[in-house]
Amino acid sequence: MRIFGTDLSEVLDLAVSHAWLAGLPLLIGLLISLPLGWVALRRRWLYPPVIAGTGLLYTIPSLALFVLLPGILGTQILDPLNVIVAMTLYTIALLTRTVADGLGSVPDHVRQAATAMGYGPVRRFFVVELPLAVPVISAGLRVAAVSNVSMVSVAALIGVSQLGMLFTDGFSRSAMGPIVVGVIACVLLAILFDLLILLVTRVLTPWLRVVRA
Amino acid sequence: MIATIWAWLTDPANWSGAGSIPDQTLEHLRLSFIALAVAALIAIPIGLYVGHTGRGRVVLVNLVSAFRAIPSLGVLFIAALLLLPRLRGELAFELPSLIVLVLLGMPPILSGVYAGIQQVDPAARDAARGMGMTGQQRLWQVEVPCALPLIFSGLRSSMLQIIATATIAAVVGLGGLGRFLIDGQANRKYDEMAGGAILVAVLALLVDLVFAALQRYAVSPGLASEARR
Repeated sequence: MRIFGTDLSEVLDLAVSHAWLAGLPLLIGLLISLPLGWVALRRRWLYPPVIAGTGLLYTIPSLALFVLLPGILGTQILDPLNVIVAMTLYTIALLTRTVADGLGSVPDHVRQAATAMGYGPVRRFFVVELPLAVPVISAGLRVAAVSNVSMVSVAALIGVSQLGMLFTDGFSRSAMGPIVVGVIACVLLAILFDLLILLVTRVLTPWLRVVRA
Repeated sequence: MIATIWAWLTDPANWSGAGSIPDQTLEHLRLSFIALAVAALIAIPIGLYVGHTGRGRVVLVNLVSAFRAIPSLGVLFIAALLLLPRLRGELAFELPSLIVLVLLGMPPILSGVYAGIQQVDPAARDAARGMGMTGQQRLWQVEVPCALPLIFSGLRSSMLQIIATATIAAVVGLGGLGRFLIDGQANRKYDEMAGGAILVAVLALLVDLVFAALQRYAVSPGLASEARR
């Protein structure tokens, strides 16, 4: 099937690689931000350097990072790994602060109650603190997801295959069709990610629904 | 690898004349500040209005998050294809990109200004009303000063967004440091690409630092200590 002079099955292929390039870094970034945010919160003196340091990552323009990473990692410039690493860095930049703030929003009396019930620090973290921080962390994750999806498309300029290829392809042929299809596909993908995160959050926070009902 | 990039960065030939490093840095800054100024002129009044009156809140919040999802590269190409044939001369290369820079620079300012005004302590607002201040006085003498930290963070993320997008806009002919990245790639010169990338990253960091310093100077010390807590 074709739409605006663009083959839809090709768009779907590009969308799948786009989803990988934007989605995988979200998971890796989240896994790295959790300990970083925890450390920043628990060791007061580490909060400013960790938050400022991760925030600094975000100031680097994406195209610059895509170009510099091959030099640092020793990868080929076309290697999708560069995009994965770059997006992971941006995710960490956005999420570390959110994780620290989310864990910090857990009320002290709840933490103390958990301790009084005999929970050790590790079990308390995973069973009490982390679940209660889910709403805040998921809000940060939604921002990161949407910005990742839009930023991955820039990688088309260095030739990494994803929805952004529709932009460069359309522009080189002065054809508006593929570009418009690409923009729509990007936005749809961002909405899909957003809905997915909302759904997971809903499943992970059953108590919020009970209160509302 | 690092040696060749360093050689490119320190080559005197790259530091003088048209299209040199200082030349493109100034061009990048010029375009970014024009875009930021226009974006701020449009977005700050709207943000203040919505924050102060609470009208149009839902529209603004949704619009801002929808805008974040729009890929800047795609919008750049659409603007270029639409406007390039209709414009002549220098303007043909700058205007499409500038429009996109302004558009993408607005959402962070909008949400910063709006959120800043919105989160002003209701007690401070009530006290101002109790002292007989008019709506205008409350806005300018109480709400805006209290909102400055968030207004500044909106301006800073807007500027970062603009600097990054201006880099990409070299593809559609815009001047600035992005030229080194795009031309370097076209000529298969990795040293030029990487050198340009380092310059862009440093420029973004320095501009953000200047804004951070301005923020320190402009924000009331009473609020600053609260933000640091």
